[in-house]
Amino acid sequence: MSDKTQPVLRESATFDRLTIQEIQRAAETGIYDIRGGGTKRKVPHFDDLLLLGASMSRYPLEGYREKCGTDVVLGTRFAKKPLHLKIPVTIAGMSFGALSANAKEALGRGATIAGTSTTTGDGGMTPEERGQSQHLVYQYLPSRYGMNPDDLRKADAIEIVLGQGAKPGGGGMLLGMKVTERVAGMRTLPVGIDQRSACRHPDWTGPDDLAIKIAELREITDWEKPIYVKIGASRPYYDVKLAVKAGADVIVLDGMQGGTAATQEVFIEHVGIPILCAIPQAVQALQEMDMHRKVQLIVSGGIRNGADVAKAMALGADAVAIGTAALIALGDNHPRLDEELKKIGSAAGFYDDWQNGKDPAGITTQDPELAKRLDPVEGGRHLANYLRVLVLEAQTMARACGKSHLHNLDPEDLVALTVEAAAMARVPLAGTSWIPGQQY
Amino acid sequence: MKTIDLSNATVRDLNQALHDQARDLQDREWVVTHPNGAHNLAVGVNQEISIDIEGHAGYYCAGMNQKASVTVHGNVGVGCAENMMSGYVRVKGSASQAAGATAHGGLLVIEGDAGARCGISMKGIDIVVGGSIGHMSCFMGQAGRLVVCGDAGDALGDSLYETRIYVKGSVESLGSDCIAKEMRAEHLEELQTLLDRAGFNEKAADFKRYGSARQLYNFKVDNASAY
Repeated sequence: MSDKTQPVLRESATFDRLTIQEIQRAAETGIYDIRGGGTKRKVPHFDDLLLLGASMSRYPLEGYREKCGTDVVLGTRFAKKPLHLKIPVTIAGMSFGALSANAKEALGRGATIAGTSTTTGDGGMTPEERGQSQHLVYQYLPSRYGMNPDDLRKADAIEIVLGQGAKPGGGGMLLGMKVTERVAGMRTLPVGIDQRSACRHPDWTGPDDLAIKIAELREITDWEKPIYVKIGASRPYYDVKLAVKAGADVIVLDGMQGGTAATQEVFIEHVGIPILCAIPQAVQALQEMDMHRKVQLIVSGGIRNGADVAKAMALGADAVAIGTAALIALGDNHPRLDEELKKIGSAAGFYDDWQNGKDPAGITTQDPELAKRLDPVEGGRHLANYLRVLVLEAQTMARACGKSHLHNLDPEDLVALTVEAAAMARVPLAGTSWIPGQQY
Repeated sequence: MKTIDLSNATVRDLNQALHDQARDLQDREWVVTHPNGAHNLAVGVNQEISIDIEGHAGYYCAGMNQKASVTVHGNVGVGCAENMMSGYVRVKGSASQAAGATAHGGLLVIEGDAGARCGISMKGIDIVVGGSIGHMSCFMGQAGRLVVCGDAGDALGDSLYETRIYVKGSVESLGSDCIAKEMRAEHLEELQTLLDRAGFNEKAADFKRYGSARQLYNFKVDNASAY
């Protein structure tokens, strides 16, 4: 080899550097890797769809003059008091415990300014969130940590959680460093333990039981509250049908891009399906039961901008939910934290150790000093700003498609950039009339 | 005394009438006739009233009870007194699975047997069973006391937190991290009090105590086979 020749190092596609590092880490520690967030792998997503703006065959609406409605009513099927939200972007369930009390308060403040709802998460309802959130959805999870009938009556809606997009079929965990005295007290657990949340509900199994459970919750709350059923996307066609049959008012469908506070990396990356292919299956199930738009569909998992909102609604969702994006709006992974993040082995834009409680943004932590860093008023304002942008962007696209309400978007407004996305979203490949799997 | 006959009233009528007592107490004694195994009887009650259910009840009888005393003169289905916060529930017959599941407080007495998962994820309730209980009972039990005058099924107290379990008869097997523990004076005293409150003519000294070994509270790779 001459002095001028540089060796070309060939990285294995199978054993790339990340894979090698994970094998080495596993060999050293003997335990799987746990992290927060959703899947990091590239999967077919809303970026693989395009909206068809109006031209000759469709009339667009004037962007600065003509109205494009954004409100949504959730729970019209059975609840005496459905939720009427100003915007179709809700805040997904994230627990106090996973998040600091200031973060929960900030979510409540931001959502209320924007006219939407927040959701409690595992571990019960905090005064900070109930106090600031005009519309609060109270999650009913297998663990029933902090569950009590007084808070049930205070809620504006009840969400029975069957699963989560990041880990369909998996229970939850909250590692000991975040199980502080307050968190442990709310969950009736010893301080500092690695808390587990069960993967199945303790007192019902299967859809027939769920129907009785839903009836019980309706009876306890005198049929006032909308009852949501949240599903981690895996078999949404069947799961949605069974949830509707069991009496749900609203279906919440969470794709594999949806975040978690703490789950095994291998679970996050290898279980569940992307939200893109889950929505059409859910909509089909609702349509076959003549329940589309009667039982509302909220979808989540990787919603980032107004285009994602518009595309999800065009596929048939009534609303979307955001989790990870809301935390980023509060200040998670902000560049100003880069130096501190590097000290704990990460960097701005990469931080996903939401499980260990060291978040310098003060969001995914129970450390009182770190938690103080998040000003709930400022955080709420940032979230409200972000929500406004999401809605403005979605309205812009809807008007361009000639729609006077976001709900008027439909699959005919969409095409796909890839064969995979076309097959999954059940819309034509761009420039063709071909929907793989439906036409040949 | 107020009587609601479920042969001509609905479960909704019953529960609404009982809920109304929290706002405007009209009757302290309630009797429910012809329950015929209906689900969700007397759920979400939040008042110091007594309710006698004259027959069998279905799922979730007395679910999320607060303050009320509920007596079922028959058997109950799944999840009797689930998530109860306070008050008293007595089942004169036997109970199906998940009796007292996730309940935070109050006293549940089952004169007969209880099925699987009795006291699953219990969070502070006291449960006293006159007969035997099924498998996986007290799974992930967090707080409170479970007393069994008969036998316990397979995997008792699996992944137990801080619930104390007292069993008079045999235990088919103990679940992960559940161990037999010494019965000290304070345990004899609290158990005898519970037995007396339940109205069972039993001696605390005849029981054995089981609790958490607390080895699974924090994940250790050496314990992986226990999960």
